[in-house]
Amino acid sequence: MKIGYYPGCTLKTKALNLEQAAIQSMAALGVEMVELDRWNCCGAVYSLADDDLIHILAPVRDLIRAKDQGYNKIVVLCSMCYNTLARANLLMRNDEVKRKTINDFLEEENDYAGEVEVVHLLNVLKDDIGWDKLQEAVVKPFTDVKLAPYYGCTLTRPTEISIDEGISHTIFKEFLEALGATVVEWDDAEVCCGSYEIISNPDTAKKTVSKIIRSAEKRYADALVLSCPLCEYNLGRRQTDMIKAEDDLKPLPTYYFTQLLAIALGLSPEVVRLELNTPEARAWLDENK
Amino acid sequence: MPFSLNSKTVDREFTKSVEEISGEPLTKCMQCGTCSGLCPVEATGDVSPRQIIHLTALGQRDKVMNVKFAWICASCYACQLRCPRGLDIPKIIEAIRLITLRKNENFIEPFAIETGCNTDIPQIALVSAFRKHTA
Ligand code: SF4
Ligand code: SF4
Repeated sequence: MKIGYYPGCTLKTKALNLEQAAIQSMAALGVEMVELDRWNCCGAVYSLADDDLIHILAPVRDLIRAKDQGYNKIVVLCSMCYNTLARANLLMRNDEVKRKTINDFLEEENDYAGEVEVVHLLNVLKDDIGWDKLQEAVVKPFTDVKLAPYYGCTLTRPTEISIDEGISHTIFKEFLEALGATVVEWDDAEVCCGSYEIISNPDTAKKTVSKIIRSAEKRYADALVLSCPLCEYNLGRRQTDMIKAEDDLKPLPTYYFTQLLAIALGLSPEVVRLELNTPEARAWLDENK
Repeated sequence: MPFSLNSKTVDREFTKSVEEISGEPLTKCMQCGTCSGLCPVEATGDVSPRQIIHLTALGQRDKVMNVKFAWICASCYACQLRCPRGLDIPKIIEAIRLITLRKNENFIEPFAIETGCNTDIPQIALVSAFRKHTA
């Protein structure tokens, strides 16, 4: 099976460990992720102003490229890109007036009306592979490891674009269970990590980071598993300097869900790219895997 | 936050602009505070989401422009999930930010960002911070 793939800017530089583990794991599971021939930055955040369509053009252009290449579905790994593309897609599907304005403005492009479906990789794993098949493919299960799934805000909100149905989400838990892990049920799996406030208001981000790490540790999580390079930056790379004033907190390793997938499938370390994770995360896996 | 309502403090145009930019009717808010209870940065802020909506609905432009809350809200959508009046609160707060940004006033200056922060920082962090906090 082939599926169109939108990477986004961060996956080509700072989050190579999110991308490469995904592509190789999916290949091992029989899915070829084919990168779009041409794509641009999605804009990272969805424009919330009613009168601002100019910022919707970037994600819509990506969706047009996907449609032009013949895809009826594209997969996204980065949570922020997923959110931005999925919301722009819904707008093009549901808002006739804005759709016309955008299509008229992009006159050099083919018209677009939300024909392409935007999905996150967890959806592909659930719907196209299936948890049973994934479980069968696992050769190195995470037995006796307690993993805390972290959705952050952009995978499940707003509800219209959530990667999972209902109010209490289980897709991430089901994924980790298929990898053989014990899943930590905790309160802060969908609490914002502080996002880009790390740049503008680092003190605010510090508090959100500390609260999340504390909450995961209270539930005895061995590690945090996530899907967003900005969450990984705040909760992972910046974790030590965010929580260093709080002596009672021990470092909590963070991994992209795709890295754990690759490890469970028995793929080589070159694919997992652990050198791009924090030293704590590398050390913990060396000891426990 | 105490405030007085009189012809000098009430700016109806401000309320109207926020409603227009956000597409959300502010009078729908019944001040229940559900949003504040769910907001992860409410405790860090100088006002709560409920309060900023109240102040905006009552045309308190100066007060709203002088509090920082709109700049620490990361549009995480936790509040919107359970607003009993179905308000899209992040859109309202985006409109409040835009009233400043559209006057060509930045909240952050790209060249003044701490250097320790921008060496390994992911692009999505920079792009989103600039999108949300610069004109
Ligand atoms: S939850 Fe909705 S109705 Fe209640 S205070 Fe917040 S915005 Fe107003
Ligand atoms: S969107 Fe903003 S106001 Fe609403 S919960 Fe998140 S940070 Fe708070």
